Amino acid sequence: MAQLTMIQAITDALRCELKDDENVLVFGEDVGVNGGVFRATEGLQKEFGEDRVFDTPLAESGIGGLTIGLALQGFRPVPEIQFFGFIYEVMDSVSGQLARMRYRTGGALGAPVTIRSPFGGGVHTPEMHSDSLEGLMASQPGLKVVVPSTPYDAKGLLISSIRDNDPVVFLEHLKLYRSFREEVPEESYTIPLGKADVKREGTDLSIFAYGAMVHESLKAAELLEKEEYSVEVVDLRTIQPLDIETIIASVEKTGRAVVVQEAQKQAGIAANVVAEITERAILSLEAPVLRVAAPDTIYPFPQAEAVWLPNAKDIVETAKKVLTF
Amino acid sequence: MASQKSKQFDPVANLHEIEEKFEMFQILNEEGEIVNADADPKLSDAELVELMSRMVFTRILDQRSISLNRQGRLGFYAPTAGQEASQIASHYALEKEDYILPGYRDVPQIVWHGLPLYKAFLFSRGHFIGNQIPEDVNVLPPQIIIGAQYIQTAGVALGMQKRGKKSVAVTYTGDGGSSQGDFYEGINFAGAFRSPAIFIVQNNQFAISTPRELQTAAKTIAQKGIAAGIPSILVDGMDPLAVFVATRDARQRAVNGEGPSLIETMCYRYGPHTMAGDDPTRYRTSDTDSQWEKKDPIVRFRKYLEAKGLWSEEKEAEVIEKAKEEIKAAVKEADAAPKQKVTELIRNMNDGDLPYNLQEQYEIFKEKESK
Repeated sequence: MAQLTMIQAITDALRCELKDDENVLVFGEDVGVNGGVFRATEGLQKEFGEDRVFDTPLAESGIGGLTIGLALQGFRPVPEIQFFGFIYEVMDSVSGQLARMRYRTGGALGAPVTIRSPFGGGVHTPEMHSDSLEGLMASQPGLKVVVPSTPYDAKGLLISSIRDNDPVVFLEHLKLYRSFREEVPEESYTIPLGKADVKREGTDLSIFAYGAMVHESLKAAELLEKEEYSVEVVDLRTIQPLDIETIIASVEKTGRAVVVQEAQKQAGIAANVVAEITERAILSLEAPVLRVAAPDTIYPFPQAEAVWLPNAKDIVETAKKVLTF
Repeated sequence: MASQKSKQFDPVANLHEIEEKFEMFQILNEEGEIVNADADPKLSDAELVELMSRMVFTRILDQRSISLNRQGRLGFYAPTAGQEASQIASHYALEKEDYILPGYRDVPQIVWHGLPLYKAFLFSRGHFIGNQIPEDVNVLPPQIIIGAQYIQTAGVALGMQKRGKKSVAVTYTGDGGSSQGDFYEGINFAGAFRSPAIFIVQNNQFAISTPRELQTAAKTIAQKGIAAGIPSILVDGMDPLAVFVATRDARQRAVNGEGPSLIETMCYRYGPHTMAGDDPTRYRTSDTDSQWEKKDPIVRFRKYLEAKGLWSEEKEAEVIEKAKEEIKAAVKEADAAPKQKVTELIRNMNDGDLPYNLQEQYEIFKEKESK
């Protein structure tokens, strides 16, 4: 097994699927010769040819329409939206068209599409490159939304997403692309969509997180361990649909929960998780479920980013409120 | 100085020069006379009669649809009268393997491409069976978002190209639709990939109430194709022969690997935008209406065919009678469609097992619907 970064694991997943299924097409802005601005598609055009891996004109809405049309011709398109902040340009194709395809045709037509896109803060980008807009996607019925937090998960989840017969939005956190390596099998493997992963077991408190916040939550769990608290960290991995079984089982075990998201607090994924816990497990709760999230401003200018983004310390602070309630 | 200036590129003169070149392509004039014999497609007698029959059928379908809508027996409906040459003669140049991405006014084309008529009525009534396209019919359900079908057409065309098919993707929008960003992205993508697509703009002069002049400073919509580097033509959209030839030629280029084309058809919708309360008297004069009615595609084609001895009152009555019967049967079939259930809608959300939320909601509605 090789030690891979998340970006390498993603390239590896694309390579596996391009090899296994001739209907898989990879395209977007600069994904060909250039291998993508983050090198997610490095070497793929050379290996699979310009017919399978290709550059498009610079227009996200056009890429969305291209995706839908190719799916209608029996392909399994894997478009890249260069940065997820650009998704507004292609919202109609994603939410207005792809998400509705199976439903509006009474099941006659499907859209086996995986939209890959980098997102997330902490790397000092210009505007519209770092926003956490996953909540927008998760509020659209008909889309699955996947956010991996490790190289191993990224490969298995991306392969599952590509094989899924319905549209999946696959969000890759910029800060995790090259932040660490781990062992990733060379062969193809899948991790089921809609399944969370208990990244650390504990008995006193459950922390639910996804993307980069999984790592801040793990750091927080370590800090809390020094104070004799046993903290469980659950990586949601798929944020739509949620793995309700794993979430509820964890809450029933610990009786206390904190939900962490990098996105602004208002109307987010964390709010949804809190609502599900409240509806399903209120009698197991020893304390209110609290959230750790970014403030409800527009994504900050890079110089304020470090303070704005939630971190392990913020999580510890909130966790203590819940633990000592 | 003067001689230096004369050497400069003159963007104003250049614009006018390009715009002047977009003369309207016509074969059959308002009197039903061939005015451009070189371009005459020389359709056989049977083909001419078939094209006329389809246009008459479509006019009757429009009249019946409006009447059914007024009786509360049809839902959303966008009238088509006046646009028969643009819609039916362009479709007549296509083959079964071609793929149509219609706007919401383009129901006649997809019906003539094989969508059972009762499904078109169910689409209008708001039943998902109307959108369940049979596997061997290459159409999408009508698009509601203006312009979305243009970018999707670029995708279908690229897909056909990758599959090595000898077919084309064809889409329709209106003059208003040509202002959308997706219009430009669609023609530009197809042009960049040299994909087999035909982009048709039915310029019926009004986007709901907004006149064509307010959409753009461009003298023609056809000229917008030039910027995308694709062959473009302005056609008399009330002339079935001209529309047929423009579409046939665009199709030929596309399947020959010469890429996409843009066709602007100058036409008019006699009726309101839709049957949901639009009142054309607020934005059009009856003078304008009657000027366009003189150009009517069915009137001029009738004259042309009668002069050739191919058409008569009896023949037309026969076609109308047949259309009425078919429409009646289709309405009956639509009436027989099963009542739509929320459980079915939930089931159509995704392939495979339902996620937990939908599964729970399915059970709730199953219970409700069993009562």
